[in-house]
Amino acid sequence: MKGMTLIVKTISGWVKVLVFLFGINVILFGHLTPGGGFAGGVILASSYVLLMLAFGREFVEKNLPIPWASRLDCLGASLFALIAILGIVYGGSFFVNFLYQRYLPGKALNLVSAGTIPLSNIAIGLKVGASLFLAIFALSVFHKDFRREGQTRDSAGKED
Amino acid sequence: MAIFYILLVFMVIAAIVAVETKDLLSSVICVGAIGFGGSVMFLFLHAPDIAITQIAVEVLALIILIRATISRDLTLISGDREFFGTVVSVAVLLVVFLAGVKVFETLPEFGTPVFTQAADAPSATYVEKGLKDTGAANIVAAVILDYRGYDTLGEATVLFTSVLGALAILRSRTRKRLEEPDA
Repeated sequence: MKGMTLIVKTISGWVKVLVFLFGINVILFGHLTPGGGFAGGVILASSYVLLMLAFGREFVEKNLPIPWASRLDCLGASLFALIAILGIVYGGSFFVNFLYQRYLPGKALNLVSAGTIPLSNIAIGLKVGASLFLAIFALSVFHKDFRREGQTRDSAGKED
Repeated sequence: MAIFYILLVFMVIAAIVAVETKDLLSSVICVGAIGFGGSVMFLFLHAPDIAITQIAVEVLALIILIRATISRDLTLISGDREFFGTVVSVAVLLVVFLAGVKVFETLPEFGTPVFTQAADAPSATYVEKGLKDTGAANIVAAVILDYRGYDTLGEATVLFTSVLGALAILRSRTRKRLEEPDA
């Protein structure tokens, strides 16, 4: 059986959802409460690390395929750059908070406030979460590869 | 104030144990204890943003390090340190320590903000005008995503590049293909 025991699998299947929702909460309310894009992204990535530890790497690869994670990564990065460039178009200079200053002032302490800051938080969260997931995945693949090279050539062909 | 000294002593002891122990796993756990102490310290300094980030990154890094450590066959460190290397390290540390003492004399007292000493420090502007300029209730979000957006863009670029590098170096497929003979 891949991964850990049935108890760990059942519990982590539930806890993973809670951790994921907490990460989304930290990202979305980053402009009101402590937290933000980076911390929320790390929490999102750690929910997938929990899955990876409990169920094994193949399960996670089925759950969030590597090409999709890499697309999310690029999407987050380009979204953040796009918000910055839209500042030139609508506000006059790079990274200006054009939504708050011109179009959507919002009310302080509301969810819809602070203009581009929540959008930037979402972009950063996507980017950091997908990046850390990819980095950890690459490390675990490398680790397996490294161990296989250390063994003899005969056992290398066997599926582990 | 006493809590900071207690945490500081705890972190120093953990750091010494992490360096001196022969067992890799205890060393990794001691590094985690240092990070945890730092996180609690940030919490007592009223910086919950940094505390959250610190503890999330710390837990993630700790899990990865423990997993990497316990699946190795060899978890004990052996061998002595070189004499020359030790002398050079101690000398460099001494120089850094003396320079650090000089630098810390110019800083304000621990726990007090910088703008109590320097009236024209930018942090005073952030605290006064942050809500009016950006509309964000969380002043840290206002600073990192509005006033200092370039920094965040650079940070995102660094992360992007590091993942690109990690995937390019650590992936197995291309390397396997290169190992095969061309014929």
